[in-house]
Amino acid sequence: MKKFRVFVWKEFIHIWRDKRTLTILLSMPAILIILFGFAITNEINDAPIGIYDKSKDELTSKITSNIINSGYFKLEEIIKSDDEIIDVFKKGRIKMIIIYESDFESNLTKFNTANIQIISDATDPNVANTLVNYAKSLVNNFIMIEYNISPNFKIDVKMRYNTEMKGSFLFVPGLITILMMLIGAMMTALSLTREHEFGSMEYLLTSPLNSYMIIFAKLIPYLLIALFDIIVILILGTVVFGVIIQGSLLLLMFECLLFIIMSLSLGLLISTVSKSQQVALMISLMGLMLPTILLSDFIFPVSNMPQWLQFITNFIPARWFNTIIKSVMLKGAGIGNIINETLYICGFIVLFLGLSIFNFKERLD
Amino acid sequence: MKHVKSITVENLTKIFGNFTAVDNISFDVEQGEIFGFLGANGAGKTTAMKMLCGLLMPTSGTARIAGFDIYKESEKIKRNIGYMSQRFSLYEDLSIIENIDFYAGIYGLEKKEIRNRTNEMLEKLNMKSIKNEMLSSLPLGWKQKLAFSTAIIHKPEIVFLDEPTGGVDPITRRGFWELIYEYAYSGMTIFVTTHYMDEAEYCNRISMMTEGRIAALGTPAKLKSDYNAIDMNEVFIKIAEVKRK
Amino acid sequence: MRNLFIILKKEFTQIFRDKVMSRMIIMMPIVQLLLLAHAATFDIKNISLLIVDNDNSTFSSEFIAKFNGNNYFITHWNYGNQKLAESKLMEGSIDLYIEIPNGFEKNLLTSQESGVHVTVNAIDGAKAGLAMFYSNSVVNELINSFSRNKGYININQKFINIEYSHWFNPELNYTTFMVPGILVLLVSMIGLFLSSMNIVREKEIGTLEQLNVTPIKKSELLLGKLLPFWFIALFELGFGLILAKVFFDIPMEGSLWLLFAISAIYLTVILGIGLFISTITSTQQQAMLFTWFFSVIFILLSGLFTAIENMPYWAQVLTEFNPVKYYMQSTRMIMLKGSAYDDISVFIYKLTAFSIVINSLAILLYRKR
Repeated sequence: MKKFRVFVWKEFIHIWRDKRTLTILLSMPAILIILFGFAITNEINDAPIGIYDKSKDELTSKITSNIINSGYFKLEEIIKSDDEIIDVFKKGRIKMIIIYESDFESNLTKFNTANIQIISDATDPNVANTLVNYAKSLVNNFIMIEYNISPNFKIDVKMRYNTEMKGSFLFVPGLITILMMLIGAMMTALSLTREHEFGSMEYLLTSPLNSYMIIFAKLIPYLLIALFDIIVILILGTVVFGVIIQGSLLLLMFECLLFIIMSLSLGLLISTVSKSQQVALMISLMGLMLPTILLSDFIFPVSNMPQWLQFITNFIPARWFNTIIKSVMLKGAGIGNIINETLYICGFIVLFLGLSIFNFKERLD
Repeated sequence: MKHVKSITVENLTKIFGNFTAVDNISFDVEQGEIFGFLGANGAGKTTAMKMLCGLLMPTSGTARIAGFDIYKESEKIKRNIGYMSQRFSLYEDLSIIENIDFYAGIYGLEKKEIRNRTNEMLEKLNMKSIKNEMLSSLPLGWKQKLAFSTAIIHKPEIVFLDEPTGGVDPITRRGFWELIYEYAYSGMTIFVTTHYMDEAEYCNRISMMTEGRIAALGTPAKLKSDYNAIDMNEVFIKIAEVKRK
Repeated sequence: MRNLFIILKKEFTQIFRDKVMSRMIIMMPIVQLLLLAHAATFDIKNISLLIVDNDNSTFSSEFIAKFNGNNYFITHWNYGNQKLAESKLMEGSIDLYIEIPNGFEKNLLTSQESGVHVTVNAIDGAKAGLAMFYSNSVVNELINSFSRNKGYININQKFINIEYSHWFNPELNYTTFMVPGILVLLVSMIGLFLSSMNIVREKEIGTLEQLNVTPIKKSELLLGKLLPFWFIALFELGFGLILAKVFFDIPMEGSLWLLFAISAIYLTVILGIGLFISTITSTQQQAMLFTWFFSVIFILLSGLFTAIENMPYWAQVLTEFNPVKYYMQSTRMIMLKGSAYDDISVFIYKLTAFSIVINSLAILLYRKR
């Protein structure tokens, strides 16, 4: 046991010496959470639009200023002819153009109806869709207020679990998963592969320490760094972004720990199948990073994906973890609600460790 | 035969921050000589050698390698020296022949010349039949011989060897030194650093370094008699003791 | 020139010698493009909806039927069991439920104030917003046609008719938007990671020192090491474009040559960053971490899946220094909108400037060792 402690200590010194790596590993959660929390948002504000007013009457300028004052839009371009429209879009800045027909106000007075045409740059379809809808409802509301029309039908909407529709409820669990993939899987895979590549693993394995102990000792520092990062994310998420942890903190930490162990086992497995660090990097980076981000329900909802792809997501551990952490943090779920997902994670641990041990033995023989 | 100086070093100094790694050293090496650079780890051997190869800029002092100035003519120096470091310098994922082709190509040898020299070299090393093997499949001793032969494929005037025999068993070391002798005999100057004191006996002349300075310089026989010692190990220990006093 | 050729030969031999490695370099991005383009979708389909019917009237069944016939929703209903709806929302098997109150039809017919309650699982804010929007528009449409049929709408009511058209992607196909983005991402990552790991690898195994004592010029060495990845990345781009056309029917409105020209410039920026990271690190692990760190920030601030215009001002300022953003935008503009050189010339100038700065910096640092 004393030998083991000495060994763990050596690994710590190793990481401690490399100040830049340590700085990045420890500051990453803070930087990423700030970027995600403040910069990455789907909320529309100040979207640059163009106005093509063929009527130029009092009513159109009222509607325009109503649209601009909403805060969703910013008037960037006054368009004067039909030909300009396509050029403006090709330059790329303008997302939407609102066109008032000529004699807009007089048409409304005379015929009770007037026409507006909206053209959107739908290269980003969601932005286009949202902008058009915002503009439509702004115009409709304006008319209702202006002419005193009130509907006697109401739709009352409740946003459950996330009343203010904050993004932080999504990115806190999402960030935890991608950081665990980095620290748990990639860093450990590279660090272990390096030992193999330089032949120092064989040397270590001939030392009086049990070979499993050696590998275990190499994983401990990464486990602690990962745990530290999770705590930073949780604290920042709560303090800065007002995420309230509904469920049991103990359960949450237990699940996080389980996920770290899963990532470490995955890192170990990658190292046993990689001949060189480059291969380990390709597997963990190209094979893990994007699938983890995209197939784990983090940014893109799994339920939207085609059936065959939804099936594939079953093999992405992060997907199960995402469900677990959302349920515990946001819905206050207990272990009973998430027992299935937890068992999946445990299954992955057993699978990865089993395969690693198998490969490892084969390699040494 | 006229003695030609391959290396002349005067007052060479290298300072890193406030640590003086090489402190005002001066010496000459003659053509065809095997010159040993001895000392404990951290005595400044590798730093000194790196300056002579043009890998590091000196803080002060002058040196001429194969007649060229280390400040102004480092490109010319590079064409006239070979270098083999303590870390293994061939590519594990290339075959023997690919490694040789690569380094020979870098030194600008003609295709025909490369083929001739490669054949000659593989014959000498007895590796002709395995020339397409990956380097990673060779035993360490073979790799080292190959690394040495590759480092001198362009027939340089001087070859620098930085702890070439680290981590090799005594028999392989002996074989390696036989190879060095062969080339020295043909007129190549050999500059070698080592901390194996028994290897010092193979050198024509040696300089003992401690704390960045040359503590003693001469033939192994002279040093042994000066310090009244039976072998180089004793010389080394006595020098270290003198230093401590 | 000859030296450059020798290094190139060696680099390519090494890359293609390792079967695992070369297969991964070629196959990974392709597989990922095919797989992930399907995953990266915000098209909200299959919204799981439960209608709790407390009214049990003719109109409430019409209401349910209307949702049942809508493509966006997978609709279930029950009579009056709000508790069940709440627990289904909790376990996540439904995304929202609509409660039709008792007396719904009667109130509508007698023109009294009436309404429905919508409860949405809002953990995923974006999805919740869209789900709410779609369900509200179905409800509104239903109520309007109901009122009109019964003659409750005032003929003299003022009305603005809003028509809209979505240009460049009329069907609002999210894949059309994402495939060019993912392609950009894959090309960048291949270029960045391979180049940043390559030189540091030679440093780590000690061969770089050997190369430094040979008469080879630094410029030849660096060029020889970076060029293979430049070619590989451009090859991936070409391959990816073919796949985008064949599998996803992504248009190529603009000039292919313009796209390759800007890609060629952009890749020099990416390889320069790789070289820079290589020079300031000493192990592959370090290089990997630095590269990962930078690439995550670059990706987040590139507008890949969140529009840059929506970001706060300080973040928008940061994106000005992000080469990935310029390349992402120009690729989408060229492919989807057919933008020409004049439209993206600013991006080209900026990328060229980046390339000069980062490469000079990297070479300077490399010289200093």
